[in-house]
Amino acid sequence: MKILVVDDFSTMRRIVKNLLRDLGFTNTFEADDGKTALPMLQSGDFDFLVTDWNMPGMTGIDLLKAVRADPKLAKLPVLMVTAEAKREQIILAAQTGVNGYVIKPFTAITLKEKIDKVFERIDG
Amino acid sequence: MTKQNQEAQLLLAKNLVQALEGNDEVAADKILDEMAGMRESILFQEVGRLTRQLHDSMNSFSLDAKMTALTANDIPDAKERLHYVITMTEQAANSTLGVVEDLLPISNVLNEQASELSSKWDRFLAKDMPFEEFKMMSSDITAYFSQTKNDLNSVQTGLTDILLAQSFQDITGQIIKKVITLVEDLEQGMVSLVSLSGGNVQSNSAVITDIELPGPVVPGVDDKSNDVAKKQDDVDDLLSSLGF
Repeated sequence: MKILVVDDFSTMRRIVKNLLRDLGFTNTFEADDGKTALPMLQSGDFDFLVTDWNMPGMTGIDLLKAVRADPKLAKLPVLMVTAEAKREQIILAAQTGVNGYVIKPFTAITLKEKIDKVFERIDG
Repeated sequence: MTKQNQEAQLLLAKNLVQALEGNDEVAADKILDEMAGMRESILFQEVGRLTRQLHDSMNSFSLDAKMTALTANDIPDAKERLHYVITMTEQAANSTLGVVEDLLPISNVLNEQASELSSKWDRFLAKDMPFEEFKMMSSDITAYFSQTKNDLNSVQTGLTDILLAQSFQDITGQIIKKVITLVEDLEQGMVSLVSLSGGNVQSNSAVITDIELPGPVVPGVDDKSNDVAKKQDDVDDLLSSLGF
């Protein structure tokens, strides 16, 4: 499974990548905002997108909108991992079509649960 | 006294003499009243001017000096301090992650070798091992001991590095405390300025700036209203209420 991890903080990308590796996902790539992520997604047969919300350039919610608007990417599972915790933001993300929402700081168990749930729903 | 005032008074005095000489009492009284009023208004003007001057100098002495120092030195300092906090925390996270990335494979290899040797040892105890294989296992065990010793040394060093990397917390904590004090000082200064300039200071600011991305929820600050998720369970509940 090919996964793209998008976050403007390199430390957070490392943490997520290491946790994913622990869960058996070794084919991971990184981008530091939506602007860099979108062309990678469009040309790179990714199976899963993990993205932060607040990033310079292009935010995670705009990236999610762009993904859902692109016929080739519309079905890509997207997990949002973010410190944004306002109710209206979570609702907006859900309405935009996010598949899972994890707030920072998170635990390895939470991340695993949400990833499992995303794929359970897709496979089921 | 200004020249204009002097001329006005001279004119009034001439008129007064004229009125008195002409026995016009009504006109004379009116002129006297006017002269007295003039005197009073000059006095009041002067008192007003002095008061304003005093007020201004008091402000510029106490508040302006403080505010100038805050904006000229302390705010740029605070920005630096906070940037330093970012740098330090990033370094700590990177060095910790680096050690973990180095040690996880070592621990994996040791784990695999141990379970391999353990199953061989079980066979030996069950007397299910030819002598030739036993000799090989013995040398494997010797090699394993020496490798384990080396690897555990690396683990020990790594753990110490992780331990030391956490020392950023002490330093960044102190820096952030300083910045909090500065912000409090600044707030005090602003409140004093606003109250001196005659505006009403309200404890709850009526102006709510609409921050598009509020970011991390700081306990005790951002979680007072009920419109934020304090933990993952809140997010899960909200999403399941939306049919997720």
